[in-house]
Amino acid sequence: MSASIPGTTLFDGTQARKGYALNKMCFSFNDAANREAFLRDEEAYCARYHLTPVQREAVKARNVLQMIEAGGNVYYLAKLAGIFGLDVQDLGAQQTGMTKDAFKARLVAAGR
Amino acid sequence: MAKIVGGIMSSHVPAIGRAIARDLQGDPYWKPWFDGFPPVHQWLAEVKPDVAVLVYNDHGLNFFLDKMPTFAVGAAPEYRNADEGWGIPVVPPFKGDLDLSWHLIESLVRDEFDVTTCQEMLVDHAFTLPMALLWPGKGAWPVRTVPVCVNTVQFPLPTAGRCWKLGEAIGRAVEAWDSDARVVVIGTGGLSHQLDGERAGFINKEFDQRFMESLVRDPQWATRYTVPELVEKAGTQGIELLMWLVTRAALTGRVSRLHSNYHIPISNTAAGLLLLDNQPIG
Repeated sequence: MSASIPGTTLFDGTQARKGYALNKMCFSFNDAANREAFLRDEEAYCARYHLTPVQREAVKARNVLQMIEAGGNVYYLAKLAGIFGLDVQDLGAQQTGMTKDAFKARLVAAGR
Repeated sequence: MAKIVGGIMSSHVPAIGRAIARDLQGDPYWKPWFDGFPPVHQWLAEVKPDVAVLVYNDHGLNFFLDKMPTFAVGAAPEYRNADEGWGIPVVPPFKGDLDLSWHLIESLVRDEFDVTTCQEMLVDHAFTLPMALLWPGKGAWPVRTVPVCVNTVQFPLPTAGRCWKLGEAIGRAVEAWDSDARVVVIGTGGLSHQLDGERAGFINKEFDQRFMESLVRDPQWATRYTVPELVEKAGTQGIELLMWLVTRAALTGRVSRLHSNYHIPISNTAAGLLLLDNQPIG
C-alpha cells in the first residue's frame, strides 16, 4: 500500500471508497443553489447524500482532519470550506493547530 | 507541419484569480509573482502562437470520482469555466481547435495512450489562471486551445515516467500535424505544496529548485522517483509537477531556458514559472 509519509494521507482507493458520500456532497457545492440549500438545512442536506455518522460528525465539527480520516479529499473539502468563507490557509492553520498568522509566517519562512 | 515554439510551466494557485480580480499585481505580497511574467508576455508577442496545448489537473469541476480518467483530452469547439464553489470570478470561454484535438487523440491512441475524449469539458482554475497570467486583459484569448487533463486527485496517479512518455507522444503528434500552426505547450501546477493533513504548509525549496534546473539540463531526472516519493519531496499537491514533466517532454527539439521565476509563498504554495524555447534540431 502507500508509503507512509508523516502527516499525510494519500487519497487512494481505500480513502476513495470510504469517502465517496462526503466527497460527492462536497462536489455538489460547485453549484450556488446547493451551497444555499446546505446552509438552509445542513442536517437534511447531509442526509440526502447519505453521509456516514462519522462523516456527519466531522462536518458538524468543521474538523478537516476528521473529514480526511473519514475519506474526504481536500479538493472537494475546499468547496465545503468555501461556504464558510474559509480558504486553504484557514484549513492549513486548523490542521496544524496554529493560528492563521503563525501558519502564514511559517510559509514565508520556508522561502528564506 | 505544425511547429512547437516552446513550453511554459506555471503554478495555478486559486488565490491568483482573486489577486487578478482585485488588481493586486503591484501589491507587495503579489509583486514578486506577477513581475515574473513580462518577459513571457514579450516572448509570446514575438512568437505569436496560434494554439496552446494546455496540460493541467482538474480539481473537481469537470471530473468527479464517479468517473476519473487518468488522461483526458478535450475535443470541444469551446471550453467554459464555471463556479468552483469558493468565489473566484468566472472567465470568458476559450476557443478549441477541433482539428488538433482529434489529430492528437488519433495519434496518442495509436501510441498506446488510451485517453478519455471530451466533447464537453469545463475547465477549472488550473486552466484559466495560467491563461490569464500569460494573456492578461479581459478575456480576448488570442490562441485556440486543446486541454490535456492528468489525474492528480485519486491515487494511483500515472508515474512520472509515464507522464514523460505522454509528453513525448504529444510532441510527436503535434510535430506531425498537417498544419502551419505555431503551437505552445503549457503545463500548470506545483511547485511544492500540501493542503491536507498535519503536514499542511509543507514546502521544499531545495527540491523545487533542483527540479526546475533539471528540466533544462537533465529533464528526465524526476522520473527516477515513484509518485509517493515525489509526494514526500514536493507535498500532496506538489505532485502537480507531473504537468511540468509532460510539457518538457513535448519539446522534442533543442531546448533552452529563456526565463524563470520562483517565489515562496503564494497562499500555501511555492510558485514557479519557466519559459523554455524549442528550436528544431539541424
